[in-house]
This record gives sequence, structure tokens and C-alpha cells, in this order.
Amino acid sequence: MSMNVVAIENLQSAKRSWTETLHEWVTTVDHKKLGILYIGYALLFLVIAGIEALIIRIQLMHARNNFVSAQVFNRLFTMHGTTMIFFVAMPILFGFANYLVPLMIGARDMAFPRLNAFSFWLTALGGLLLYFSLLGGNGLYGAGNAPDIGWWAYAPLAARAFSPGHSSDYWTIALLVSGFGSVGTGINIIATVSCMRCRGMHLGRMPLLVWLNLVMSGMILIVVTPLTAAQLMLLVDRYLGGHFFDTQAGGSATLWMHFFWIFGHPEVYILILPSFAFISEIVPVFSRKPIFGYPVMVGATVFIGFVSMSVWAHHMFTIGMNSYANSFFAITSMCVGIPTGIKIFNWLGTMWGGRILFKTPMLFAIGFLFQFLIAGLTGIMLAVAPFDWQLTLSYFVVAHFHYVIVGGILFALFGAFYYWYPKMTGRMLSETLGKWHFWLFVIGFHMTFDVMHIPGILGMPRRIYTYEPRPGWEALNLVISIGAVVQAIAVLIFVWNLIHSYFKGAKAGNDPWDAWTLEWSVSSPPPAYNFASVPVVASRRPVWDLKHPEDPDSRYE
Amino acid sequence: MFALLVNVIAAAAAAPDSRFSSTNIFAPASTPARKIFGLSMFVLVVTGVIFAVVAGLLGYAVVKFRGRAADAGREPAQVYGSTQIELAWTVVPVLIVVVLVLATTRVIHAIQDAPEPATALDVTVIGHQFWWEFRYPKLGIVTANEMHIPASDPAHPTPTFLKLLSADTDHSFWVPELGGKTDLIPNRVNEMWLDPARPGIYLGQCAQYCGTQHAKMLLRVSVDQPPDFAAWVQAQQRAAVQDPRVVAGKHVFESTSCINCHAVSGTPANGRFGPDLAHLMSRATIASGAAENTPANLRLWIQNPDAIKPGSLMPAMKLSDADLDAVTAYLETLR
Repeated sequence: MSMNVVAIENLQSAKRSWTETLHEWVTTVDHKKLGILYIGYALLFLVIAGIEALIIRIQLMHARNNFVSAQVFNRLFTMHGTTMIFFVAMPILFGFANYLVPLMIGARDMAFPRLNAFSFWLTALGGLLLYFSLLGGNGLYGAGNAPDIGWWAYAPLAARAFSPGHSSDYWTIALLVSGFGSVGTGINIIATVSCMRCRGMHLGRMPLLVWLNLVMSGMILIVVTPLTAAQLMLLVDRYLGGHFFDTQAGGSATLWMHFFWIFGHPEVYILILPSFAFISEIVPVFSRKPIFGYPVMVGATVFIGFVSMSVWAHHMFTIGMNSYANSFFAITSMCVGIPTGIKIFNWLGTMWGGRILFKTPMLFAIGFLFQFLIAGLTGIMLAVAPFDWQLTLSYFVVAHFHYVIVGGILFALFGAFYYWYPKMTGRMLSETLGKWHFWLFVIGFHMTFDVMHIPGILGMPRRIYTYEPRPGWEALNLVISIGAVVQAIAVLIFVWNLIHSYFKGAKAGNDPWDAWTLEWSVSSPPPAYNFASVPVVASRRPVWDLKHPEDPDSRYE
Repeated sequence: MFALLVNVIAAAAAAPDSRFSSTNIFAPASTPARKIFGLSMFVLVVTGVIFAVVAGLLGYAVVKFRGRAADAGREPAQVYGSTQIELAWTVVPVLIVVVLVLATTRVIHAIQDAPEPATALDVTVIGHQFWWEFRYPKLGIVTANEMHIPASDPAHPTPTFLKLLSADTDHSFWVPELGGKTDLIPNRVNEMWLDPARPGIYLGQCAQYCGTQHAKMLLRVSVDQPPDFAAWVQAQQRAAVQDPRVVAGKHVFESTSCINCHAVSGTPANGRFGPDLAHLMSRATIASGAAENTPANLRLWIQNPDAIKPGSLMPAMKLSDADLDAVTAYLETLR
């Protein structure tokens, strides 16, 4: 490949007033700036939804607690869930995809830069609409009010009879609007990966991160649309006298469940695939080996993409489907375990025989592997439909999906922050603070979410604002709440690290991790339009080839 | 994973109040719960072994292949993959999944497709915001929140078959020791069955978020010895007590909107939005388990339901103290 670190003259370095800077960020169509906007926006909501979680945990610290009322508690878990999924996890992953995909395929921007900006601002508007419900939920004349229908908004709870006022409308419209943003991003990533790859980068040479985001984008196109359709139908029910989900007029409550979960379950994979993407980049670099079984990893990803479309009703084992339907969805759900298991084995295979460097990104990646293994195994338990009849809707399932989302996705994201922050800012994050962050978060995470499985087994349902002091419930809930505080402290350290290192961190240089993909061949942060001349690649690890001309990958692939 | 299991069983062993069952899913007391428990243990063992093997490999890799200072600057052998190894770790999970699928579908079939014997008791369960209505169609009984069923002798089983309906939003019937959950969904008829052999009071609660007071939609199943059950049935089938000493309270009850929602057999009260009160005093709790059924609690509940269960659909009737006392006295005669 042709290597170039020639920076195009960067306008950012000029001294400018804050209004000019603001104008530049608001009107930008640069994939890197939009990526950072996505990430910053999501971090803000991470803090908000994290505070909501802390209030929930204070309320559940002991039995019959009165820290918040029933109504407030129900709003809190609705807002916490909706915010974390739609306005933290999705935008933060889109942010990284936006930032990294063009750089890794040797492109100068996304295929549709304006669509990219449009998608971001739609997502941002969605989050604002959701939180505007606090002011506008009862109209402008009443007291504030957020939706309290749970993040699945099951029919008929979301019907006007049970959810008067406008709080559910803000929920609906927030998801509609941000859903359009997500579809825009999905289209954009697919177009970018299809059309913008540099010379030599055929599909078999794309970094796994790009592959995983490609499959994720395809899934977005297929599964966000049913959610959007369902939201429109709900609006028709609420305002135009429709009866899709209006059970009092003969509508179907289960229809909503199907619509929601045909989105809702693949959504988990939409979140986990980009997390796999981070792990698939971090593990090889810090094991000093190429990814083990690249073609199998790609195949497993595509397989997950397909199978995950056929498992949605495992969220509905208790709704009284017949034994054949229950068996079908149990089988498909267990099948997801096969490609996922293959992925874990391949990451292990990558570490095997390597020279593992325990930098902070790798620590988080190892944490991910351990926790994702457990999350996968509790997932198998939940796929066993009869076992699920006991476990679902209890704290066990809450522990399970937090194991996936916090133990898996969030750990992978933290790893990604430590790994790519130097590329995005030109500064290293502090390793010392990073280790504090990692270990405190590991301790807090396991205190909270390991223990949380047990009250579920002891019969504690989810979404209850108060509980009777049944055997074991109180002590376990106290430990869970303390763990949540430990996690919050760890996140504070992380946020401090982000801020402090931006000003005081060590200079990163182009390639601080001695890595192999194209983003490390340009300056940190990369110049506008990334590459002065578009690179040409001959293998999956173009920068390795450059560093080892005597033994390039292109010889073996 | 096994440490977790041990914890759970230890917690279950330490039930402080022997009047009630625990709500532990690993202490099954009915055939469906027992079948689920057996399958669960099998799945826990399989996943436990997988965990031990994979976590062991991960731990081994982390220790064995950690970067040493001596190797600094030297790259390890660059290995790209191996078809044989990939094949091995694809085939093994496939086989495990096949085994799990066979075990799972067998239990699904055994529980869901079990035929209803002629000796079975039918109960219709109707979920309301935020309480349970139980109807015994063949026995002509309507009651609330505390379901009575006969103990089922394994030699001569008398299981109870539930028909699950909802009057408003989704709910879920969950008594962990007796079986898994089944949702109560409007416009839909769901079914489940129980056959506990050991008499006692089994606790549960609504498991599907159904609105503001989802948390206080508690549930009791009283499993009675057959003679006790027969006595209970007889008591429930009697018309409500008409006690001349509480006629004042009866008048207040029947002349306010209490009767729009509550029914008392043999009187003009025939509302169906709230629990049937004909035999209120045969129940140990009020407000769907939110409070003990004591005179003081009953009075407070009538005076201000939000004090016990904020967000419940029963309105405060703003009765005078004298009327409150009278109504409470009347309700206390409804044995």
C-alpha cells in the first residue's frame, strides 16, 4: 500500500471564536466530527440514565422503602430502559462506526455525508423529545410527567384508556424520529462499505469491525422498520380511532408484542455486533497475532444476523403460545449459541500462543470475554422455554440482559474508548486511571449483576417499586445497590479520565498500540478527509505489511 | 454458577415464617414446577461444565501467554486459523444444542399438552388492575386474591386447571413453587395447571408490569386437604350473612357507590369492577395482599385506599367517621 501521513491543512488549528466553532460543529458533515457528536451525546444520556438507575437502586435497597413513589419509580425504569437502549447504546455505537468505518476502509468520508448529519440530528431530536415529556407529558397546563409504560410499552397499557395525557406520545415520537435516524445510518454504512473501499480492499480483506457493522446495518434496515410501523399504528390507535392494539375494541395485545420483539430481539444483536467488532480489533493487537479464523468469524457474524431474526418470540414464552411455537423459538434461540460460541473460541484462539499485553483496552476485552460467556450461558437457560417460564419477568432476566449490555456491550465500549481515544484526540488516556476504572467497575459490576440473578430465582419479579421482606430478598438487594454505587464511582473516574487526558494526556502519535489497520496510518486526530492520497492494500493488515515488508500478510492470504 | 446454586438453596432452607411457602423456583411443589426444576438442573449442569471449560481456557491463556519483558519487541508466531480446530468447536456446540433441544421440547410437551382429567377442578382467573378474581364455574363461587384448591393425591390426582383472562391490561400469574408463569392477556384465553400435594399457603404475585400498583398485586394459593377444601366450598356457596345488628353499615354500603364495583350475594350490591365481598372475612388479606385483613386496616382501606396502595383504582369515599365505623362493622360480618 502507499503510506501517507501528509496532513491536509487543518482549519481547526486556526484561532477562532466559540461561535464559529459551534457553527462548525452544528453544520458539520464530517464523519469524524459526527462520530464524536454521537459519542458525546450518548455519554450525556449515559449519565442521565445512570442516575435514574441509581435512584431505582436506592428505592430497592430495602423492603417497603418510600424513597420514591410508585408512579415515579415506574417512570424511572421506563426512562432508564428507553434511554439506555435508544439514546445511549445505539448512538454511541453509531458514533464509533461513523468514526472508524471510513478510516478502516481507506475512504475519505461516508457515502452520504449529509444523510449522516441528518441521521445524527434526528437521533438527537429523539432524545430531546423523550425528555421533553417531563415538561409536556400532561400538556403545558399540567404537572410534568414522563412515560410509565415500560420500555416495551405493551398494549393495552399504552392505549389512551390506560395512559392518558401525552407522556406515551413523546415516547412514541421519540422512537419514531430516532428510528428514522437509525435507518439513515444503516443505509449510509451499507453504501459506504459497498462503494467506498480503497483499492485492494475486497470484502475478504475488510477489517472485522467493518464486517460486523455492515451486518449490523443490514439488520437495522430489516428490524427498525417494524418498530416504526408499530409506533405509527399506536398513534393511529391513540388519535385516529384505530383498534390495532386497543383490546377494549377487539384489538390484539399480542400483535404489539410481536411487532415490538421482532425489533426488540434483533436490537440486542444490533448492539452486540459492534461490540464484537471492538473486541475483534482489540484482542488481536494486544495478543500480537492476527484474528484466528477470519473467514469463520465473518460467517458466524452473517449467521447471527440471520438467526437473530427468527428468535423474537422467546420474549413471549409466557403469553400462551402453543407447544410447537414454543419449541420452535426455543430451538432457534439455542442455535444463536452456536455462532456466538464459535466467536468466543476464535477470540481465545487469537490469544492462544500470543504475547498478551495487559493495557486497559485489553483488560476490558478480557472482562468482556468472561462476562459475555456467562451472559451467553444464562441466555441458554432462558432459551429453554420451561425454565424461562420461571425465570422470565423476574430479576434473573434483568440480571441476564444487564450481563449482556453492561458486562458485554459496555465493557467492549470502554475498551474501545481506551483503544481509539488516542486516535480521536491525539492524547492517551491515563493508564493508571484506566486501571482504577477497570477494577472498580469489575468489582461493582459483579456485586450488582452476579447477585441480581438470585432474587429472581427466589421469586422476585421485575418492575416492582416495593417488595415484602421475603427470605433473602432484602440482603441481596442491598448488595446489588452497593455494587451500583461502586460502578457509578468507576464511571466518574472514567469521565474524569476523558476530560483530564484531553488536556494533559501524553501525546499519542499516529500509532500508539503498534496496530495494523488503516486508521493508525494517519495522524491523530486524522486530518480532514483522512487520506491525502487514497491507500492501496494487499491484505487484511495493511499496516503490518508496511512494518514487516520481509514477511507481509499478503503472502499468506 | 454452582456457588450461586448453593446460595439459593441455603436461602430457601432459612424460611423464617413457616405458615407460608418460600417463593423459590428451586423448591417445586407441583408437577409442572417439578418438571421445570428437573430440566433446570440438567441445563445448569450442562452450562456449568461449558463455563468451567471455557473460563478455564480463558484463564489459562491469560496466564500462560501473558507478555513477558524478555519477549519485548518480538512478535509471536502469526497463526491465521485452522480448519480442523474450527470444525471441532462448531460440531461440539451443535451436539450440545441438539441434546438441549430434545430435553426442552419433551418438557414443553409434557406440561403444555397434558390432558385434563375428569377429576380436575376448573378455576377461571381474571386479572384486574391490581387484584385477582377467581371464579369456580362448576361450583358457583366467586372470590378474590386468595385461591383455594384441593391438595392432589399423586395416587388419585385432582389437579387444578386454570383458565386465565384479563379485564384490562396484561398480567402474569406466578406462584413459583407451583409452576412457571402464564400471562393474562385481554381478548385471549390462556391455560395452565397445578397439582400440589402438600397443603399450605403458596405465595406469588403478578409478574407482568400492569400499571402503577403492579408491585402490590400479590397472590396466595391455599392448598387445602380435601375435607378442608369441601368445607371452604360450602362456606363460599352460602349466601352472605345478613346480620340485623349492622343494618346501618349495610345501608351506607348500599347507598353509596360501593355497590357500583363490589358484589355481596343476596343484596342489591352486584358490581363487578372490584372484588366480591360476600365472604370478605374468609380472606386473610385485603387489597390483593397489600395488608392483613384486620378491622383497623379495613377501616383505613375504606377511608383512604392510597394510604395502603397508592394508585389503586378504589376511590376514597370521603365517609364520615360514623359511617366508616358502620361500614367496617358491616363488612366484618361477611364471613
